[in-house]
Amino acid sequence: MMHVAKLIDTTLCIGCKACEVACQQWNDQEYTLGTFDGSYQTMPDLAPNFWNLIKFNEYERDGKLSWLMAKYQCMHCVAPGCLKACPAPGAIVTLANGTVDFAQENCIGCGYCITGCPFDVPRLSNTTKKVYKCSLCSDRTAVGLEPACIKTCPTNCLTFGERDALLHGAEARAQELRADGHAEAGVYNPAGVGGTHVFYVLANAARPEDYGLPKDPSVPWTVRLWKGPVKWLGTMVLVGGILGTFFHYVRYGPKEAHDVEGD
Amino acid sequence: MASLAATFGRGAMTNGWTDVANADVVLIMGGNPAENHPVGFRFVLEARRKRKAKVVVVDPRFNRTAAVADVYVPIRAGTDIAFLGGLIHYALSTGKYQAEYVRQHTTAPFLVKEGFGFADGHFSGWDEATKKYDKSSWEYELDAQGFAKVDPTLEHPRSVFQWMKRHYARYTAEQVSSICGCSKEDFLKAAELITVAAAKDKSGTVLYALGWTQHSHSVQLIHTAAMVQLLMGNIGMPGGGVNAQRGHANIQGSTDMGAWNMLPGYLKLPRANWSSLDEYLKANTPKPLRPDSLNYWSNTNKFMVSLLKAYYGDKATKENGFGYDWLPKAGETDNYGWGYLFDNMYAGKMEGLISFGMNPVANGPNTSKMLGGLGKLKWMIVAENFETETAAFWKAKELAQQYYANSPDAARIQTEVFLLPAACFAEKDGAFVNSSRWLQWKDAALDPPGDALRDQEIIGRLFAKVRELYAKEGGAAPEPLQSMSWSYATPSAPSLVEVAREVNGREAASGKQLSGFGELKDDGSTACGNWLYSGSFTEAGNMMARRGQEDPTALGLYPNYSWSWPANRRILYNRAAADAGGQPWDATRASLRWTGTRWTGDTPDYKADAAPDANGSFIMLPEGVAKLFTPDFAEGPFPEHYEPAESPVENALHPQVSFNPSAKVFHSDLDKIGSVKDYPYVAITYRLTEHFHYWTKHIASSSQLQTHFFVELPDELARQKDIKSGDRVRVSSARGKVEGQALVTKRMRGMDVNGKRIYHVGLPIHWGFLGKVSGPLINNLTASVFDPNSGTPEYKGFLVNLEKL
Repeated sequence: MMHVAKLIDTTLCIGCKACEVACQQWNDQEYTLGTFDGSYQTMPDLAPNFWNLIKFNEYERDGKLSWLMAKYQCMHCVAPGCLKACPAPGAIVTLANGTVDFAQENCIGCGYCITGCPFDVPRLSNTTKKVYKCSLCSDRTAVGLEPACIKTCPTNCLTFGERDALLHGAEARAQELRADGHAEAGVYNPAGVGGTHVFYVLANAARPEDYGLPKDPSVPWTVRLWKGPVKWLGTMVLVGGILGTFFHYVRYGPKEAHDVEGD
Repeated sequence: MASLAATFGRGAMTNGWTDVANADVVLIMGGNPAENHPVGFRFVLEARRKRKAKVVVVDPRFNRTAAVADVYVPIRAGTDIAFLGGLIHYALSTGKYQAEYVRQHTTAPFLVKEGFGFADGHFSGWDEATKKYDKSSWEYELDAQGFAKVDPTLEHPRSVFQWMKRHYARYTAEQVSSICGCSKEDFLKAAELITVAAAKDKSGTVLYALGWTQHSHSVQLIHTAAMVQLLMGNIGMPGGGVNAQRGHANIQGSTDMGAWNMLPGYLKLPRANWSSLDEYLKANTPKPLRPDSLNYWSNTNKFMVSLLKAYYGDKATKENGFGYDWLPKAGETDNYGWGYLFDNMYAGKMEGLISFGMNPVANGPNTSKMLGGLGKLKWMIVAENFETETAAFWKAKELAQQYYANSPDAARIQTEVFLLPAACFAEKDGAFVNSSRWLQWKDAALDPPGDALRDQEIIGRLFAKVRELYAKEGGAAPEPLQSMSWSYATPSAPSLVEVAREVNGREAASGKQLSGFGELKDDGSTACGNWLYSGSFTEAGNMMARRGQEDPTALGLYPNYSWSWPANRRILYNRAAADAGGQPWDATRASLRWTGTRWTGDTPDYKADAAPDANGSFIMLPEGVAKLFTPDFAEGPFPEHYEPAESPVENALHPQVSFNPSAKVFHSDLDKIGSVKDYPYVAITYRLTEHFHYWTKHIASSSQLQTHFFVELPDELARQKDIKSGDRVRVSSARGKVEGQALVTKRMRGMDVNGKRIYHVGLPIHWGFLGKVSGPLINNLTASVFDPNSGTPEYKGFLVNLEKL
């Protein structure tokens, strides 16, 4: 099956946040009225119910003021650190089209995927004790629809399609930008994670951190180690933990919540 | 809209959204389309990608649009005329204007009467005693036939061209810099880019919105932009024009269908001094000012009689002046614009108000005065989706004590308020008229919830009941209601298809739908609800529902997509996109071309088979060409820089006439004007992309994107006041105050204005005392100061003080 991908052309992003709302609506997320953080950004960071955040970054360099806006979400890595770190079978899967999807029914809430992600994307819910992130709208793409954010983007900043073709298009766009005087324009598709299924066109690819993106992301060595030589150890610990929980339950029964809310 | 109508002949965006992609230069000023028109903004980005167009943003704030622009120039709020006047001077003094276009398509060659002049801030005819202009010197010199004299060489000292050159000679780059607070280099960089469009094969567009309309000199401001665009040869051109971005889905439609001073189709409202249809037509049918002027308003009689036939049906006869007597008449000089309306209300001169789709407490200037006015009414009907601040105005003191401590308690307010639940846009069918003048038909997505009714049913029921009461109980002047034609299948709930067919017009006898306004007659044989929309619903069906995506000119005109007024023309004044021989200025953007026998391309804004030299290219104007000199406006035929009513500096050009002498200022006890001594900072109000006006604070998904009202502050000013992002601050004006958290940013800068450091304070609108999120109403701060021509309040550039709490 061909791999799909999402292209974010940051030179066309106007920070309208339509993708934020589309993401929440399609995925039935709860809306939260947050605090004021001194910025145009909706909230400081991603959240279990907020998988797609436009980061606003205002800075001055060489006397020139810039206000960059860029979508921040799961990159759907070719070699995903989250998957490498995950001890729960079937909780993180790579679909045939390249999507890295979380199956919450198999998630044990250990949060190892958060450590494994070089982009700091997955978020653990305090309520459900499961981890959440962008699914690349796998329920839409499975039936031939584009992801919700793509559908709603008003400026064509977001496009979706076959990965190789899109990557080619991204390179062409970067070339166009370089010809227009953006000497450092390029595509962000970091090799440290084997490439991604979400890539960016940046006017200054030499400084991805201006857009809130890590410069040379790679899966942490601890995670590589964990899924490498010491994996058997981890599995044993995990199995031990589950068994322990089971025997604890058999011995002491379910934990009862004490309702402190009065009338 | 008042400005564009006087300058070009029609009050609407000249081109259209899709056409912006054809531009080589995009000047965005008085608008922030990336923020407020994100969907339309794609065409700006397309122009940039496909045509390598340069985008120039001029604004007090480095905003979302500036973030993706090529050049950003900061200017002080309220100084746009100085900036644009500077562009005129730059173009004329460097020769960077399209001379052939200017000679052929504008009033540049027209001679102005002797006696016209400008000195020390006033045009000729100023009467200091009455504070009014006698406009008799603002006229063309006429020949024996009553036509304006012209000098095609443009050299006559009294030609409009020479007058313009002299008038703007004062607007040098140094002067622009000193008034606007931008650097001379930035101004010149922008000027150089903008005047690239002077080349015959280049075009530039101007995009603006409420940042231009909300000034005490807004109509003149937009006229200045129109003058720049005429000098560049950009009007009528694909990728050109002066493009007003309307702020609501159907705001263009609402002005097309009438306003307090206009009947549908921009026909003037009858006034008491025009006591018969003949007198009305005599006063409102212009005479041509050039022999070749098509002067399309000479058809006013056909438009008006057909409108009266649509209103009164068989009861409208030649003998009774087609029912003209039944129309309500305003007094000769009456003004029912917003400022006057609420001033009268506050003075206790009004009994009741019906407020449909409008939230005056939130969007009117000087909230205290809005609240005070509504409290003096006997009754008010509000038809809305939500309980708005207007419907709940009597609770203001209770709900927002810190702002309205001086308002009366609810128990002391006698106004009886009826809040009628109304359907929202998705629950209604009908047409939206967008900025591009496209009438786009839509179907209702769902039925209104609960007791909510669609507007037409609310109006239908009210009408039926009032008419019934008149029949039963009698009353003063029942004829207008009793004579009204109301032949809908369900009179209490007309269908919008029925209304749309009526608006398009039909033959009175056969009922056959008309195919366009060319078929309208003045003998009562045709009925038409709005001549401009004639052609939108023909015998062939509902043209507005079309969704054809063919693009034969490859210019994004899409002639089969919806229907565009007038006559499905996509670019207004398109005749001017061609030279004297009828050939396009730019062959690669040929919107219209004369074949030798007829015009091909877009629907010509010209007679389809008239030779290129037969008529002037601006068919709606008596001049036949676009007006550089505009005697229509209250404050002068050429735009002049005047400071806002509240300004931190004196007018550098004429300190003794600092403020627009014709602007409307009210003087009730609540109408206070502050001075720079007490209120040293310049405030501007604006929308955010996350919210739509005062609606979306009722919606969780939008509210979460911007939960809190904030005050946007220049980093430099914040440091002086020891304010950090997130600190609570109070902003106060002579009228009231608002409180909220600070957003400190480098995107706003101090500006050097005539040797003085000036700071802006940015105030987003959108909050109020009702909704999922709440905050202060920003119009607590604004003043009842209005443009004299359009009646629009001055929301951009008023004085405030700032304190850290």
